[in-house]
Amino acid sequence: MRWKETEYSGWGRVLKAKGSLARPERISELESIISQGPAPAIGNLRSYGDAPLNGDGRAIAMTRLDRFIAFDPATGVLEAEAGVTIAVIMATFVPRGWMPTVVPGTAFATLGGCIANDVHGKNHHIAGTFGSYVESLVLAGADGVSRMVSEISEPAIFKATIGGLGQTGIIRSARIKLSRCPSTLMEVHEERIANLAQFIDAFDAAQSAFQVGWIDATARGEALGQGIFEEGQLYDGPPKLLRSRKSKAIPFNAPGFMMNPLIVRWFNKVYFGAVPMSGRNRLRRLEDFFFPLDRVHNWNRLYGKKGFHQFQCVIPTGAAATTLKAMLSKIAASGLASPLAVLKKMGPGRAGMLSFPMEGYTLAVDFPDREKARELIADLETLALDASGRIYLAKDSTSSAEAVLGMYSELIDWREIVNQIDPDGAFETGLVRRLNLRGRS
Amino acid sequence: MKQLWIILGASSAMARAFARKAASEGADLILAGRDQDDLQAAVADCLLRGAASVTAMPFDTRDATSFAAILIAAARFEGVINAAVFAGSMPLQSEIDANPELAAGMIADNYMGPLRMLHELAPLLEDRKSGTIVGVGSVAGDRGRIKNYVYGSTKAAFHTYLAGLRNRLTRSGAHVLTVKPGFVDTAMTWGLPGMFLVASPTDVAEAIWQAAAKKRDVIYAPFFWRYIMLIIRNIPERIFKKMSV
Repeated sequence: MRWKETEYSGWGRVLKAKGSLARPERISELESIISQGPAPAIGNLRSYGDAPLNGDGRAIAMTRLDRFIAFDPATGVLEAEAGVTIAVIMATFVPRGWMPTVVPGTAFATLGGCIANDVHGKNHHIAGTFGSYVESLVLAGADGVSRMVSEISEPAIFKATIGGLGQTGIIRSARIKLSRCPSTLMEVHEERIANLAQFIDAFDAAQSAFQVGWIDATARGEALGQGIFEEGQLYDGPPKLLRSRKSKAIPFNAPGFMMNPLIVRWFNKVYFGAVPMSGRNRLRRLEDFFFPLDRVHNWNRLYGKKGFHQFQCVIPTGAAATTLKAMLSKIAASGLASPLAVLKKMGPGRAGMLSFPMEGYTLAVDFPDREKARELIADLETLALDASGRIYLAKDSTSSAEAVLGMYSELIDWREIVNQIDPDGAFETGLVRRLNLRGRS
Repeated sequence: MKQLWIILGASSAMARAFARKAASEGADLILAGRDQDDLQAAVADCLLRGAASVTAMPFDTRDATSFAAILIAAARFEGVINAAVFAGSMPLQSEIDANPELAAGMIADNYMGPLRMLHELAPLLEDRKSGTIVGVGSVAGDRGRIKNYVYGSTKAAFHTYLAGLRNRLTRSGAHVLTVKPGFVDTAMTWGLPGMFLVASPTDVAEAIWQAAAKKRDVIYAPFFWRYIMLIIRNIPERIFKKMSV
């Protein structure tokens, strides 16, 4: 197996790593790599910061180990290798009436990545996280031995692996429970929201299975927190054919001025204006509803070659209204916000010790990489910490060890489990070292 | 009419992508190659992607005794027999320069083995007056270049064989498609210096599938290699011999 010496980065492209990557295509190749010594596994590099990076070290790209292993139509349990993407699972199983119970905001994420970051989706308030539907997984540990791990067989290691950022070993394959989907379509209702308070009311009143809010983070004053509330129910009516829209690609890095405040404000005005005052109902293909940004391949290039940060936090319900208001005021005043911030209500569901979600509201905003943006993110993080909220490690590229320790109450327990099964830190990544997640430095 | 696709060298990334495409179209599949563990995993994968049936069988380009079982299975199949040759190997030119004996294995993988297999398969297609053979060559076979000419010469030989086979099979209504891929993002090219315009195996497999359906004779994949190679083929030898493209 050849090792490729290369520079690579996560989706945000601010943090980069130089290192050696292997990309096994067969099980025998993976096993020969593992026998040379353990290294962290990486997927499709869709987390934003340095979660999938191992600078000056080795990493194993799992994207070519992407086969379906078994599917039981009686129970909906699918077993697949870790490199398979959500897109391929959906393309194969949605026509047969099954879909992953939880899907993240991009279908390019791999099965292994979804587990290692315990991702959530637009139905988190009722369905919980991706990891809640993992029945078992096969983990290759630091000792080179592969074994099946489930909540029943090894509950501690299982909970340390779900959302565990790859630190317990290489996730080789997993069995996940799919859910029934009656069609390939979603009934979508969209309505305009005037401000933050109305947004929170809309989430509280909504009954639908899937919900998301798109916020115009450039709006201020009376209009602070204005945006569009979008909710969806799986369509179960007579069959209808909606043509798939062709995806487009951003072929090269955009110049630095693309994300200047005027262009962003203009874009948001056009985008939010598309929904009529009275709201609208329409049928959309599942992938258009779940993964709107996937239609534009390499959209991260819009931020230019310097890249961008995504700040995502969750604020517990009680503090949400005041904290989010303070955050949005700071963001609007900075003039740094990018189009389409996302607001979503979260339920209590979390499946791992380092899982991000908590009951409350999550806000995600993109910022081009500038000095001022990093200062703003630090301020936002302090607000989240003060409100007993937390930031999402899969998105992070700027936080600190102290802050994260204060946010993740199970971090110390997680450390103990992980450091016991990987005492030499063979699976450490850039993120783990930067935030000293394992307390080894 | 049921369609059988025999995939020779089924463990390669391009072959896997092509087998998945055929599976999603409901074909019957024979996955033939050396790594039986890997092929067993591919059997389950292709079945779940919609293949009517999938069988893994041993196939070794360097061992002609492995061919018979596949030919028998093909003869027993009721329907249209198709085959796609993805088998091949590419030691680095520098390795061959240091050890010319390596050429023998590569000639077996890229030319001799596929030739013998296809030559035994061809009468079956002629009898049934149908079926398509896909042969995967390489842009490297279009001209001998200092960086890769031993490999290129095996592919050039295979191209010539495929052209002749096409000439023969077209008389009975069967068809031969020659595919000349450029750089494809597979284990063969992973980490090699000097790669550019690298295509994904999935895109190449899709292009091959479409070309086979349209009974194209020769395709470059991705298509733009046709123009790159047009230029490279037309550089006068007097100049080309001094270049290191």
